[in-house]
Amino acid sequence: MASKSRKVAGKILFQVLMFAFGLIMIYPILWMISNSFKTTNEIFGSASLLPEKLLIDNYVRGWRYVGRLTFTQFFKNSLFYSCFSTIGVVVSSAFVAFGFARIPFKGSKFWFAVMFLTMILPYQVIMVPQFIIFQKIGWINTFKPLIVPMFMGLPFFIFLMVQFIRGIPVELDESAWIDGCGYFAIFTRIIAPLMKPAVITTTIFSFYWRWEDFLGPLLYLNKPKLYTVSLALRMFSDPQTSTDWGAIFAMGTLSLIPVLAIFIAFQKYLDQGIATTGMKG
Amino acid sequence: MGLSTTGTRSFAAKKELKKTIAGYCFISPWLIGFLFFTMLPILTSAYYSMTSYDILDDPVFIGFGNFTSMMSDELFWKSIKVTFTYVFFSVPLRLAFALFVAVLLNQKARFLRFHQTLYYLPSILGGSIAVAVMWRRLFMADGAFNAILEIFGLNRGISWIGREDTALMTLVVLAVWQFGSSMLIFLAGLKQIPQSYYEAARIDGARRDQMFFKITIPYLSSVIFFNLIMQLIAGFTVFTQAFVVSGGSGDPLNSTLVYALYLYQRAFKYYQMGYASAMAWVLVLIIGTFTIVLFKSQGKWVFYESKGGK
Repeated sequence: MASKSRKVAGKILFQVLMFAFGLIMIYPILWMISNSFKTTNEIFGSASLLPEKLLIDNYVRGWRYVGRLTFTQFFKNSLFYSCFSTIGVVVSSAFVAFGFARIPFKGSKFWFAVMFLTMILPYQVIMVPQFIIFQKIGWINTFKPLIVPMFMGLPFFIFLMVQFIRGIPVELDESAWIDGCGYFAIFTRIIAPLMKPAVITTTIFSFYWRWEDFLGPLLYLNKPKLYTVSLALRMFSDPQTSTDWGAIFAMGTLSLIPVLAIFIAFQKYLDQGIATTGMKG
Repeated sequence: MGLSTTGTRSFAAKKELKKTIAGYCFISPWLIGFLFFTMLPILTSAYYSMTSYDILDDPVFIGFGNFTSMMSDELFWKSIKVTFTYVFFSVPLRLAFALFVAVLLNQKARFLRFHQTLYYLPSILGGSIAVAVMWRRLFMADGAFNAILEIFGLNRGISWIGREDTALMTLVVLAVWQFGSSMLIFLAGLKQIPQSYYEAARIDGARRDQMFFKITIPYLSSVIFFNLIMQLIAGFTVFTQAFVVSGGSGDPLNSTLVYALYLYQRAFKYYQMGYASAMAWVLVLIIGTFTIVLFKSQGKWVFYESKGGK
């Protein structure tokens, strides 16, 4: 009896600690959301999560931004960038992955190893020359330097998809061979439809990374009209100017909504994706 | 007979050729991208690193000039020191937290799914600018962190992001706070460990900590190894968080001037493309050295099941 009640007490203690620690973990996010409804004076020096009353002024003020530009434009830009890059990167990565996973061609192993090496190459090495190349061909202040490379596939995603395709039984390909299908037909008719889980995982991650991308837009988008949400938020909070924290928190909260919505809708796929590939969220 | 063997041979060769063509067709998007957006930049970067180049005028070859001036550049050494400090604290702490929480989540209890979501959420949102901006506000003198300290009577009005000795630590905390992805990877690894190992150990009278160090850690070592490499690379190239929290300056007193931020400043604030390229190659050298040392040390502490090691 004593040992049983001790066990129950242990279980309760475990839950209390886990919930308390979990609260600490998400406190900063909750604090940010609650601040988006507070007056700027209320934000200063307060750790409270409950605003005195729900103000939507911050959202109205923040959305207007500065001059004639509103966040409508920034959200449009972010969506354009994220969606196009994602479509490009997922389709091209799947295509390349099929080549590596299913066609035993000469040089396949060599190129696969090269691709693996590029994954640990720091972006800083190619950042400067890439910038100069894109500048020379007049791509600065367009979305091309951000979107076009995505249509070449991303080694991380290719790697993930190769792993996935290798798990699909080869017998399926072989029976298609007998039916007279070529590689292209095998890819589009047999492998591609079976890749759904891998496609969903990469789509989610690609969208996240593009939505949160900062360095790329910072380098290539210098006109306020082209700003993505991330870039606009950062300009908003420039320490050199007096900062409207309420408005920043309001727009910051809005910027998290697409990410949160996808997280809630596709959590199962996310867990799998991270667990199998070690990708960062 | 002779005819038929050459026939099959040429048929086989044809098939081989067809495979090669098909293979290169499929990988062509990546291959073209690699040649133009990676390989070409790598080669030009190697050249630029030996030049003085401000974009407007043509690059001027100066040999190892950039590398020698780096040696006497105080800010370069400062950024090295800041980055190593950042990596030294953030990577082990992040992995330790990730492993600790993963072990807690890997048992039979209620609400685990819910807890897992709570702990993972900061990692999903943490990369966004909104969170980095919020972080700055959180650790200001009149931010929420001090307001919480106030409750315990510990508030001394310190601006954590404004002081030279604490600013970098707010970035470390921001990194450690996002331990969620490593945690999920560890959790997946933990679920692979056969329960019979633990049962056998329990019968032998092993304590919990013994089981942790003798079974869990060795079994997870390959996952830890993989995580360690990925986190080291991410740590050495950290940019956005430092950029946003310090407003792009690396202040206060360059205490948050991480390597990638200093490189960015040299390239896009002062337009010293040659110097920035040289810095990038030093970064490759640093990351390469750590990766190689880790790979060499693998045999001593990483165990792979297929080799029968335990």
